[in-house]
Amino acid sequence: MSVSNTATPRGTEPGRGIAPDTVRYNREVPGLGDPVFDISDLSIHYGSNKAVRDVNMQVGPRQITAMIGPSGCGKSTVLRTLNRMNDLIPGARIEGRVTYHGEDLYASDVDPIEVRRRIGMVFQKPNPFPKSIYDNVAYGPRINGTRGNMDDLVEETLTKAALWDEVKDKLKESAFALSGGQQQRLCIARTIAVNPEVILMDEPCSALDPIATLKIEDLMYELAAEYTIVIVTHNMQQAARVSDRTAFFTASVDGEGDRYGSLVEYDETATIFSKPSDQRTEDYISGRFG
Amino acid sequence: MSTEAPEAAPAPEEPRRGTTLRSSKGRMADPLFKWAVASCGTVVLVILALMVLRTTTEAWPVFAKEGFFGFLTGEQWQSGNSRTEITGTYGAWPFIYGTLVTATIAIVIALPLAIMVSFYLTHLAPRRIAKPLSYTVELLAAVPSVIFGLWGLHWFLPNVLRPFFEFLEGVLGWFFLFEGPIRGVGYLSAGIVLAIMILPIMTAIIREVIAVHPVEQRMAAYALGSTRWEVLRNVVLPASFSGIVAAAMLGLGRALGETIAVLMLIGGSQSWGASLFGTGSSMASHIAATFGEATPESRTALMAIGVALFLVTMIVNILARVIVWRLGRMTGDAAV
Repeated sequence: MSVSNTATPRGTEPGRGIAPDTVRYNREVPGLGDPVFDISDLSIHYGSNKAVRDVNMQVGPRQITAMIGPSGCGKSTVLRTLNRMNDLIPGARIEGRVTYHGEDLYASDVDPIEVRRRIGMVFQKPNPFPKSIYDNVAYGPRINGTRGNMDDLVEETLTKAALWDEVKDKLKESAFALSGGQQQRLCIARTIAVNPEVILMDEPCSALDPIATLKIEDLMYELAAEYTIVIVTHNMQQAARVSDRTAFFTASVDGEGDRYGSLVEYDETATIFSKPSDQRTEDYISGRFG
Repeated sequence: MSTEAPEAAPAPEEPRRGTTLRSSKGRMADPLFKWAVASCGTVVLVILALMVLRTTTEAWPVFAKEGFFGFLTGEQWQSGNSRTEITGTYGAWPFIYGTLVTATIAIVIALPLAIMVSFYLTHLAPRRIAKPLSYTVELLAAVPSVIFGLWGLHWFLPNVLRPFFEFLEGVLGWFFLFEGPIRGVGYLSAGIVLAIMILPIMTAIIREVIAVHPVEQRMAAYALGSTRWEVLRNVVLPASFSGIVAAAMLGLGRALGETIAVLMLIGGSQSWGASLFGTGSSMASHIAATFGEATPESRTALMAIGVALFLVTMIVNILARVIVWRLGRMTGDAAV
């Protein structure tokens, strides 16, 4: 993978859009294949407020799908419907259909606990448990009753998360002793320790400095060989750098004055950033609003 | 910034500007306030010291006759009638035992209950249920203990506890803690009512402790496929450990010292036995029960029980601190 043009994100000048050559990792965009998620006519309500309306998109396997858009556009909300984290918010309910490998995620006999074991999540702020580094990684396998050698599993997981070399001598130390970037990689390790198929990332780098951000991006790129990754990000360059496909959401106001979010355009990342088909997308990526 | 710099520079040329810095307000007010606050703190210490000193001196003749540990472990309590010397036998063990047993029963029942109620109130209950339920629990704290005693004795005991005791004795009667006969009043009755009495204060504190638990950590646990119970046990409780122990200590403190309700429910005998159905007395209930008709001699002995109660409470508190300190480091509780 090339680390060429990362120091200064280019192509952000108004009116030009981000040139496709800012895509950092050179690889073919994998096809949607047999989609992991199929979202159709998805609307999300919070109480009486219909916060997200009519989202249709598919997420392909073993690739990185980015969701971008201004604040309030519903991208994080949509992300949280993919592993039923929205269930934890009182008053949240969905309309429409979200399938995971063809299975309705919201069917009445689907166990949200089981869903979250297969579809992990990494959050905006690094949120390790106040436990040792080792216990953070081992938490998921332990509650899932994973058998086998925990030491090996922890080493293997931390290696995958590109953290092993930095922490191998202090596994028993508190996770809070790590830097923010290390903590976030630990959280990624904690997520992949339960061997999910999908990793959802909700602005995983927004609390990190640029160097730590690049490390997470490298990690995401490597993980995409094995996992399906969906990332919500505020950072357009990040979406351009790491993702294969990008969904652009926007916030609108309906006739009754209610704000809502909706999907404007979803396409291969290079297309979204070079020749978007919707004017709103172009305005956003060229920095004219948002 | 830019406006401050030019102002500071010409200061030496204008001597009058310096006088604006001289005022007696800050120089006097802060030390005065500090002194006032410090003396309030000292008063608490002085009162405590005086109480300990006074009760200990009053109780001294009993300790002199029975020996300090003899008094704590003695099982006989025979009051004498002398005005000048100690003629009876004074052993406080049945009362110490009664106190420890009832308080232990209370905490064993109330602690898990308080944790569950708190978790429900803070994280699970819909707002329209959580609010009234919180108020109800707090209202429970405002009920005077004599009401608990009356209610316990006349309604709770015959209608709920006695059938429950009979069931317990039927199933676990072979075990020495649940050996009959069932008298109704006794250690278990007092302990269970005490549990209800200490529930509000413990719930109030544990609720606050659990409420400040960072939501991101719960979300992380849920996202790993934790059930609600796993989130409570593995994430919320370890992080709230020291606060929960503090709540347990407050509850225990109240249970150890509670007088009237225990007096009404414990049976009032001066003996002790292992069975939880047995009757006895606690230190506080024995003092309250016999203080009225106490002779000067037995009054001295009651003072000695007071000293013992103070000691027991103190030891329990020190133990709790040690537990928090030792376990807190293991569980990585940030507050320790």
